[in-house]
Amino acid sequence: MIKLKNISKYYQTGSITITALDRVTLDISAGEMLAIIGPSGSGKSTLMNMLGCLDVPSEGQYHLEGKEVSKLQEDDLAEIRNQKIGFVFQNFNLLNSLTALENVELPLIYRGLGAGERRKMSLQVLGMVGLSDRLHHKPAELSGGQQQRVAIARALAGNPPVILADEPTGNLDSRSGEEVMEILKELNRKGKTIILITHDPEIAKQVRRVIRIQDGQIVFSGEVA
Amino acid sequence: MNIWQTVKLAVAGIRANKLRSFLTMLGVIIGVAAVIVLVSIGEGTSKSVTGKIQGLGSNLVSITIRNNETPVSLSYDEIMDWKARPGILGIAPVINGNVSVKYGNKKYDTSLEGINSDYEQVRNFHVQQGRFVIPTDLSFRQKIVLLGAEVARQLFGQIDPVGETVKINGENFKVVGLLEEKGGAAFGSNDDKVMIPLTTAERLLNSKGIRTVYVQAASAEDVDSVVAQLDNLLYKKIKNTDAYRVFNQAEMLATVNQVTGTLTVMLGGIAGISLLVGGIGIMNIMLVSVTERTREIGIRKAIGGKRRDILRQFLIEALVVSSSGGVLGILAGLGGARIIGSVMSIETGVSLQIIGLAFGFAVLVGIVFGIYPANKAAKLNPIEALRFQ
Repeated sequence: MIKLKNISKYYQTGSITITALDRVTLDISAGEMLAIIGPSGSGKSTLMNMLGCLDVPSEGQYHLEGKEVSKLQEDDLAEIRNQKIGFVFQNFNLLNSLTALENVELPLIYRGLGAGERRKMSLQVLGMVGLSDRLHHKPAELSGGQQQRVAIARALAGNPPVILADEPTGNLDSRSGEEVMEILKELNRKGKTIILITHDPEIAKQVRRVIRIQDGQIVFSGEVA
Repeated sequence: MNIWQTVKLAVAGIRANKLRSFLTMLGVIIGVAAVIVLVSIGEGTSKSVTGKIQGLGSNLVSITIRNNETPVSLSYDEIMDWKARPGILGIAPVINGNVSVKYGNKKYDTSLEGINSDYEQVRNFHVQQGRFVIPTDLSFRQKIVLLGAEVARQLFGQIDPVGETVKINGENFKVVGLLEEKGGAAFGSNDDKVMIPLTTAERLLNSKGIRTVYVQAASAEDVDSVVAQLDNLLYKKIKNTDAYRVFNQAEMLATVNQVTGTLTVMLGGIAGISLLVGGIGIMNIMLVSVTERTREIGIRKAIGGKRRDILRQFLIEALVVSSSGGVLGILAGLGGARIIGSVMSIETGVSLQIIGLAFGFAVLVGIVFGIYPANKAAKLNPIEALRFQ
């Protein structure tokens, strides 16, 4: 499903070169649910950007569903993101001027689907996250938990194989956080590959596989009891 | 992403920020309105000047002889002999003088023209009531008079003057016609004068010799040859090119048209500059908007928006702003042209071409000044854009 091979990422700041990722090799199989944990500055975010095709590595190969994506141009990456990856962010990242339904439809618009089809698919995923009665609310009119559920619906709308969730519970109270985690686990049971990025050990405990990253390197990969 | 969707989004964005959007549009509104108003004033003025010149008669050539240069003058019969020449349709010699006209106890000083029957056609000047001067009036030196509209108003008020008798310099003249209203002309009012048969005028003013002649060429093509012939004839007789002058009305018209045309283009150009300034206003606000919406752009890119999607979105927003401004500007321009036209009492012809041109220019301004901010938005790095607070 996802194969990272010797991925490195360097940033140039003035004359100093920072190594954000140092020869990371990682295999993720379809249907897995895993957490990537590590302190801030560890390269966690860079790894997430890499996995989410928001960025390309300086060195190494990235195969996503058998396709080499590490050398693609921006617009091709946009298309991969649109087709293969659903993003869930810590701060939801919904568009405030659009309603819940319009937010969920957005990736489908970029995919070029017709209005009828978009509407049908969006209503379905909003139903899955339990927001059928909040379709025409703007993000400001929704609670944090509801906003995050809209964001999950948006990530799901295009039916991508991978959901990439960056601290999805970080801005939520514990009850909403639990709800969101339940939805993600349910999605995993239905076959989605779920990648969580978190520094919350409680969250990490809920998944089968944990990857700890430190100083740009994977220092632990496996199950935690 | 389809265009209709983008337009709807852009309109929603404009409505969400009403004041800012209006201020942004204001530059375009003023620019478009200014183009329409100024050009229509220019065109209206040009049209009315042209109309007035043409109202003097078509294919007209006029001759004036300056009496202070030479004592030479032309006699009526001599002038009318030219009529046999090719290309000449009519000849209207004129004797000018100042007289005082009396009706009852009302007295009015005005100018007098001694004319012949050709005058009506050559100068395109008709009676609104009664009859014009006819050839027998000249043969018998009839004491009849045509009153200008202004003269009739002064002496008769609302009464119909035709058939009444007035005294001109103490002599009785019968009013046979009331001249049509011509309105103010470039050279004195055409309505403030009276006309009598030329032969009668010679007696009345005690002047022999004609110093003004209007000649009508048969067609526009004949005008040049008529001018050449007249020049030739006059030179043979007077032998002094400074003593007479032959005017070609078509030439004058062309000159006037050129001047007013230049004026119109200049006015339009100045107004166009304000449109350009409006465009810079759009660019300015768009740049602010791109910065403000960096995060939105990041989100859009993360979920699959390509460069061209973002570019198109911002470009369409610029276009929606500039074309809404254009539409409002057209309305303001139409209203403004009407108001200014009635205040300055000039005809303002707002043509469809000008409306189209002004609107097209507004849209173009939207594209030109929208492309830079839109491109800036499209090129944002999604990771940095998402991190933007």
